[in-house]
Amino acid sequence: MARDTDVIDTPDPAANGLERQIAGLDALEMAARSQHGVVRRAWASTWPVLAAVAIAIVIWEIVVLSGWKPTYVLPGPGDVFPQLGKDLSEGAFWSGLGLTMRRAVMGFALAILVGAVLGAVVSRVRFLRVAFGSLITGLQTMPSIAWFPLAILLFQLSESAILFVIVIGAAPSIANGLIAGVDYTPPILLRAGKILGLRGVALYRHLILPASLPAFVTGLKQGWAFAWRSLMAGELLVIIGHHASLGVRLEYARENIDAPDMIATMIIILVIGIVIDRLFSAADRTLRARRGLESS
Amino acid sequence: MIIEAGSTTVPAVTIERVSKAYGTGRGALLALDKVSLTVARGEFVSILGASGCGKSTLLSIIANLDRPTLGSVDVGGARVGLMFQEPALFPWLTVNGNIELALRTRGRAGGAPRNQRSPKAERRARTAELLEVVHLGGFGGKRPHELSGGMRQRVAIARALAQESDVLLMDEPFAALDAMTRDLLHDELERIWSERSLTVLFVTHNVREAVRLGDRVVLLSSRPGRVVEEFPVPLDRPRRTDSGEVASLAAKITDRLREEVGRHGA
Repeated sequence: MARDTDVIDTPDPAANGLERQIAGLDALEMAARSQHGVVRRAWASTWPVLAAVAIAIVIWEIVVLSGWKPTYVLPGPGDVFPQLGKDLSEGAFWSGLGLTMRRAVMGFALAILVGAVLGAVVSRVRFLRVAFGSLITGLQTMPSIAWFPLAILLFQLSESAILFVIVIGAAPSIANGLIAGVDYTPPILLRAGKILGLRGVALYRHLILPASLPAFVTGLKQGWAFAWRSLMAGELLVIIGHHASLGVRLEYARENIDAPDMIATMIIILVIGIVIDRLFSAADRTLRARRGLESS
Repeated sequence: MIIEAGSTTVPAVTIERVSKAYGTGRGALLALDKVSLTVARGEFVSILGASGCGKSTLLSIIANLDRPTLGSVDVGGARVGLMFQEPALFPWLTVNGNIELALRTRGRAGGAPRNQRSPKAERRARTAELLEVVHLGGFGGKRPHELSGGMRQRVAIARALAQESDVLLMDEPFAALDAMTRDLLHDELERIWSERSLTVLFVTHNVREAVRLGDRVVLLSSRPGRVVEEFPVPLDRPRRTDSGEVASLAAKITDRLREEVGRHGA
């Protein structure tokens, strides 16, 4: 093999040619990929939302103007938005919101913990998988409000009752997300991981957990929706605490026939739900984009 | 595992009467039937066959991802790397991250003690070196999806080299690439193989590719996979896929392959 020494010792024109050709092909293929600007993308996803909100308000106003219900029952945007502004400027509102958000964060954190442990165990142990796999999915169909009678018996009218229902509402989705992620780790990557010598804990740390992250985030997003619904149901039923939480405000407003305040509170509940859902969506999209996956 | 140092007479891979059946009883499917093959150190062997010849099964068995039903495979304690048609890079890691991971884990794969794993700075330097080998010097910070198919497959080559495999198994690694990229990668692979005295088993269903690259072309039959015939390739390197000599040997092998495939149509 006399040629080999040539290649190493002197700059071989043929080898240089190869290098140049490869670099040329790379440059051509990379140039074909362009990306849209961030601002343009953000605007493209924002304007339909703004348009939808505007349309909803117009329809609302039309229904009110039609005189279908008296305005003390169904007030128009003209009454509700000033009330919303007033609420937002009140200290009592913010401490009530604080109470609600504290419950949401605690409940959701607990649900993540329970869901992640449950998902990890069930995805790992074949027997549990068969036994509990479909049960976990089944639990998701249970309306969270149906858990409250049991929760109140178990924990009385307490924070624990609310937490219990949030966790039991949200944990199955989170567990399912993790299980799906582990299941759909591409077999080709598992083979590649084995060839690389990944076993046991290292296999989880370097391959299975990162691979299942997008599905887990999808599970978190769904879990959040369940947690938020459970929390609102709980706050309507379990009226405790020094501050009027969002659910309690809603209930008080109904009792006082203060329709503008009731609808203002509903708008706040809706907006918080949407904003947090959007955060999860953004995290999901970022993750998928970084991996070159289509956003689902 | 015992690593035999400096013995050149010992073959790199010895496959002895390997059979592989899936399922049992009457429904059993025989994928491989008493396949025997010896590959010398530093040899480049092309394994050629139509669909269903158990090529991928054979590589999985050599790589110890799968067990033979009968027979044995001996790689003499060598590290075995495996590349697929897909680059199978981890999409959440950058190009650098993918290669560094291979550097980190190679100790465990080969049975070396944990404390011999390369430290961080050394890994980084080694990664840069390996990317230079596959002409991807500036692309370490990119993620796999930002690269073209050919570039990803080169990253996969760099990752396989990072494992310091003595034996590189390649399962149709260039099948999904366009012809021009494939030609360039043939040149690349040949250069890397000769510089590093690797032993390569290259599975393909492309006859010209088999002749272009191999010191030897081993033809497997389909269902079950059996060694039908071996063709030495006495052509000087570097070869060109479109050269007359490659074409005429390829034509001869193609005839034999067709004859073999034809038996299934009867």
